[in-house]
Amino acid sequence: MTHTPIATPAGPSGPVQPRRRQKARPDWVKAFAPRNLADTLLAGYLPILLALLIIVLPLAWMVLSSFKPPGEILTLNPTLLPQDPTLSNYVAVGERVPLLTVLRNSVVVTVIGATVKVVLAVTTAYALVFIRVPGANIIFLGILVALMVPPEVSMLPNYLTITALGGRNTLWGIILPGLGTAFGTFLLRQHFKALPKELFEAAELDGAGHGRKLLQIAAPVSLPAIATVALVTIVSEWNNFLWPLIIIDSPDKMTLPVGLNLLQSIESQTGSYGILMAGAVLVIVPVLIIFAALQRYIVAGLTQGAVK
Amino acid sequence: MATPQGANDSAAPGTLTSSRAGASVAPGGQWDDPTGERAQARKKAHRRRMSKNWSLFVLFAGPNILLILAFIYFPLVSNMYYSTLDWRLGSPRATPVGLDNYVRFFTSESGLEVWRVTGIFTGAAVVGSMVLGMLIALVLNKKLPGRTAARTAVFAPYVLSGVGVAMVWNFIFDPTRGALSHLLGFFGIASPQWYLNENWALVMVIIVYVWKNLGFCAVVFLAGLQAVPQELIEAATLDRAGAVRRFFSVVLPLLTPTVFFLLVTNIIFSMTNAFDILRIMTPTGHGTNTIIFEIYLQSFGAYQRAGYSAAIAVVLFFTLFLITAVQLRYVERKVHYQ
Repeated sequence: MTHTPIATPAGPSGPVQPRRRQKARPDWVKAFAPRNLADTLLAGYLPILLALLIIVLPLAWMVLSSFKPPGEILTLNPTLLPQDPTLSNYVAVGERVPLLTVLRNSVVVTVIGATVKVVLAVTTAYALVFIRVPGANIIFLGILVALMVPPEVSMLPNYLTITALGGRNTLWGIILPGLGTAFGTFLLRQHFKALPKELFEAAELDGAGHGRKLLQIAAPVSLPAIATVALVTIVSEWNNFLWPLIIIDSPDKMTLPVGLNLLQSIESQTGSYGILMAGAVLVIVPVLIIFAALQRYIVAGLTQGAVK
Repeated sequence: MATPQGANDSAAPGTLTSSRAGASVAPGGQWDDPTGERAQARKKAHRRRMSKNWSLFVLFAGPNILLILAFIYFPLVSNMYYSTLDWRLGSPRATPVGLDNYVRFFTSESGLEVWRVTGIFTGAAVVGSMVLGMLIALVLNKKLPGRTAARTAVFAPYVLSGVGVAMVWNFIFDPTRGALSHLLGFFGIASPQWYLNENWALVMVIIVYVWKNLGFCAVVFLAGLQAVPQELIEAATLDRAGAVRRFFSVVLPLLTPTVFFLLVTNIIFSMTNAFDILRIMTPTGHGTNTIIFEIYLQSFGAYQRAGYSAAIAVVLFFTLFLITAVQLRYVERKVHYQ
């Protein structure tokens, strides 16, 4: 993410690039002409650099500290880079919490939860747009209202429901209450509504039913939108903290954020920040990698409604 | 509504109600139908298609709707019931107390403290992330190589785990070993007791929240800035307006829809999205118990006052509902038709 393509102008790849490049080059060349160089660096890059430092330094500090032995954490003269890099902090995380189990729980909850949510979002959005029934608009309004209910509001009754169903300290107890999806349904409904009707005409003449229309037309042409919903859902399932915190108290059923909460309460008094940073790396870096690779979709999904 | 054939079909008033059923019947056959048999058949076909549509709709959307009803709407309603009880979580006994829980939340000292903390947190978080987000957007709005990468980096904290982020900042804010205390020490300033002093604790969680949130504001502002017509800025430059003047007289007025949008979403987000940071950095919530944190602390913290917690949840829901309604009424139109 920090490697900046200085040598080539940044721009989307694809067939339009040659034309855009020709247009962009004069600007870019002008900015680096000797006459403007000082201005470009001072007014252009210096503020960008400052902004990046504020964002990147804490994360870099986390990664670097996770490889430092305790002595380098406690010292009064800390260095940025670990002088004597070690993996002992990661080993220590594994000794405090059942790390492999916790990681596996997080992966299971994320994969199952996100898969079901995406499928439900696709089918619900399709039904709302293409299957004509009276009252569909009222149902959509109901989904919109659900969109603005924060999890803290439904937490207590859901805790009682899931406890009554015997879902405490189980993975399905973590997954089940979050499966209903208002966000994905909303996003995909907007997308389906914008699809041109002509797309479906040929299939309708062939007598295709809704199942075929969804699987062979609506879903394939909407893959970018579905990917957006999937990525945002995966990230939020992975990061989810409040609900698993409430419903789980046995360490071997914890997801990663809850396991880290346990780690934090074990280690906060001793000040073993190296171990805590190793834990933070485990929950942050996977998302950082996914985000760096697919940021276009994630940013689009999260700023939907604002950026068009 | 009705097709020409349907309008002439005096013997079959039923067809008038459905253009689709009328249109699907071959023209010409209708005149020989004085008894309305065809109309009946058409009605039946319509009804059959409707019921087929319904069963398909239920198949496609039913599971999701059911889940939303069970785990979002049912809790909303049952919260209203619980909110009228004096009831400890896990206790078999509950006494109905009417609206006492609400009265307590709006009048007791601890209830008013929650409103004060929520107000400060929301106000500072919204202003902080919007001002800094705007500054970063202005910085990134220059046509320079590497801008896209910088935009990505600035947005990143918004998608990261709140738990992980809070752990990182716990280390940075540590008054004796943290990076910030070293930095302040370099300038000869002693680090504040971020965790012991309630006011500093609130400042601390606001800083972390703003850090995590400002990328969202920056990206939304950046999109708004890029929609500002270049001619207007050039015209203002020709009129010898300086950069500051250009920003306040040309750019900002054009951005009002974006500003409104961000204002509302940020108010809602800062009231609902901060739980992870608050819980990890200040587990007991002394001085940092905003309304969402208080809902959690009351039912799952030390007190286990489930009824009181439910009442606060109901208040939060209606507050958010009100904000959203205001947004839809006054802001939405401007946002979409800028």
